[in-house]
Amino acid sequence: MIWFTAQKLLGLIATLLVAAAIIFVALDLLPGDPARFILGINATPDSVAALQQQLGLDRPPLERFVGWIGGMFSGNFGVSYSQGVPVGELIAGRLAVTLPLTILAMILSTIVGLPLGILAARKRGSVADTGLMLLAQLGVAVPNFWFGMLLVLLFAVTLHWLPPGGFVPWYENPLGSIASLILPSLALALPQAAILARVMRTALVDVQGSDYIRAARAKGLTMSEAVWRHGVRNALLPVLTILGLQFAYLVAGTVIVENVFYLPGLGRLIFDAINARDLILVRSSIIILVLAVIATMFITDLCYAWADPRLRDRRGE
Amino acid sequence: MSTTDAGPQRPTWLQHPSLRIGVIATLLFLLLGFVSIVWTPYPIEAVNVSDAMKDFSLTHLLGTDHLGRDMLSLVMKGTLTSFIVAAIAVVIGALIGVPFGLAAAAWGGPAEWTILRVNDFLFAFPALIIAILITTLFGPSAINAMIAVGIFNIPVFARVARGGALSLKTLDYVAAARLAGLGGIEIARRHILPNITSLIIVQATIQLAMGILAEASLSYVGLGTQPPATSLGLMLKDAQTYALLRPSLAIIPGLTIIFIVVALNLAGDGLRDLLDPRLRRIGAARGAA
Repeated sequence: MIWFTAQKLLGLIATLLVAAAIIFVALDLLPGDPARFILGINATPDSVAALQQQLGLDRPPLERFVGWIGGMFSGNFGVSYSQGVPVGELIAGRLAVTLPLTILAMILSTIVGLPLGILAARKRGSVADTGLMLLAQLGVAVPNFWFGMLLVLLFAVTLHWLPPGGFVPWYENPLGSIASLILPSLALALPQAAILARVMRTALVDVQGSDYIRAARAKGLTMSEAVWRHGVRNALLPVLTILGLQFAYLVAGTVIVENVFYLPGLGRLIFDAINARDLILVRSSIIILVLAVIATMFITDLCYAWADPRLRDRRGE
Repeated sequence: MSTTDAGPQRPTWLQHPSLRIGVIATLLFLLLGFVSIVWTPYPIEAVNVSDAMKDFSLTHLLGTDHLGRDMLSLVMKGTLTSFIVAAIAVVIGALIGVPFGLAAAAWGGPAEWTILRVNDFLFAFPALIIAILITTLFGPSAINAMIAVGIFNIPVFARVARGGALSLKTLDYVAAARLAGLGGIEIARRHILPNITSLIIVQATIQLAMGILAEASLSYVGLGTQPPATSLGLMLKDAQTYALLRPSLAIIPGLTIIFIVVALNLAGDGLRDLLDPRLRRIGAARGAA
C-alpha cells in the first residue's frame, strides 16, 4: 500500500507540474507580452516596461516558472494585478464558498443517487425501476444552472423559503451561510444523482448474477441479505470511480452555478479576473481548479486500492 | 448503422423503441435548426422593444424576449448553433482521439503508455478549464467552445477506439492480415477501423448530447457563443435577468436543451443495445462542462 501510495503521489505531482507548465506557456509565453496584454493596446511603452518590471516579466521564463511553482508551495501566489491583494488570500476567501458548496452537493447527490440506484436494481423490471430510470434519463439531460434558475423561481421568489442568491459570510451567521448554499447545491446535485443512480443500478445488476451471490444464496442467505452483505460492497467499486470523476466535475459545475446565485466563489473570481485581464489571478485560480481535480483522482485511486486489494498488489503496472 | 448484425434475427433499427423515439426526435430538432438557415418566422436581429416580452400568440407562437425578438426564431437559430458547436467538437474529438486510440492498440509498449498517460491527463480537465484558458487568451467566441469541448472529447474517443481495437486484435482475420504482411497502421486502417465504426458512432451520439449541455454552460457564463449570434445557452444567459418577470424566457430554451439531450441519449443508448448489449459500460457516465 505504501508503494502504491508513493507511486500515485508521484503521478499526482508529475501531472500537476505538466498542467502548470501548460498553463504557464499558454498564459505567459504565447500571446506576446502579458504586460501589454493586461494594459491593452493603447498603453505607453513606459507603462508597459514599468508593469513588466513589477510583474517580474523582465526575468527569463524558466526563472519565472520556477518562481511561480516555488511560490505556490510556500502559499505565495503573487499579487493580483486588478485587485492589489495577494492572490492566495483572494482564492482562500472564495474557496470558503466554493468548497462547502461542492461538498454539500456531493453529499446530496450520493444520499439521493445511491439508494435510488440500489432500489432500481433490486426491483429490476418493475414499474419503480422503469420510472426511476426515466427520471434519471431526464436528470442527466438537465443543465444544472438552468435547474438552479427554476429552484430560485420556485423556492425563493414564489415560496420565500430560501434566499434567491448572495451569500452570508460564515463568521456572521453560519446558518445563513448554509441556507444560501442549499439551492445551489440542489441544482448541482440533481444531474449527478441521476448519473450515480444509473451507475449504481448497472453495477448492482451485474453483481447480482455473479457466482459469489449464488454461493451466498446456497449458503442460506435470502437474496436481499446476499445483495446487502456481498453485492453492494462489490458494486460500489465502479461507483467509486464515478464518484471521483463527479467531484471533479462538480468543482467545474460550481464555477458555473455560482453565477446563477451570485455566490462570491472561485467561479466569479475567475470570470472577474478574465474580464480584468488579470493573468496572475487567472493562472493561479486555474491551477487551484486543476489541483482540486487531480487531488480527487488521487484520493479515488487510494480508496479504490483500499477497497480492492488486487489493485495495490499489482506492483509496477 | 442499419446494416449491423444484432443477433440471429436482425431486427431493423426502427424496431427498437427508445432508438426510434430518440432518432426521430433528434431529426426533428435538426430539421428545426436547419430550416432556420433559410427561414425563421422573424429575423433574430430584429430588435423591437415595444414588442418586448409578449405572451404566446398566433403572431409569436412562443412569445418574444426582452428585446422583442421572436422566441421561436431564437430557439430555431439557437438549436442550430448548439448542434453545430457540439458536432464540430465531436469531429475534433474523433479525428484526433480515434487515431491515437488505434495507434495505442496497434503499437503497444512505450507508445501506448505515453498515449494512455496523455489520455489520463486530458481526462482530468473539464471542458470549462480549457475554455477559461482559451478565452483568457483569445477572447470569448463559439469557436472557443468548440475547441474546448473538442479537446475534452479526445480522450473519450481514444479510449473507445483503443478498447474496440484491443477486442478485435486477437481475431483470426487480424492474424491473417498480419501473416499477409500488413503493418500495424495498415491493419488498423483497413480491418480495425471499419469494424469499430459502430462503437464510434454510438459514442459520438452521446458526446453530441454532452456537447449540447457543455455549450449551454459555457455560453451561459459568457465563454461561448456571443451576440448577435444566439445559442440555447446564450438565451438562458439573457433570460436570467428577466426570468422573474417572464419565466418562459428561461423555461423554453431550457426545455429545448433537455429534449435534445434526452433524444440524443435515447438514440445513443438504443443504438448501443442494438449493436451489442455487452458494450453498455464503455464510456459510462461522464459530465461534460
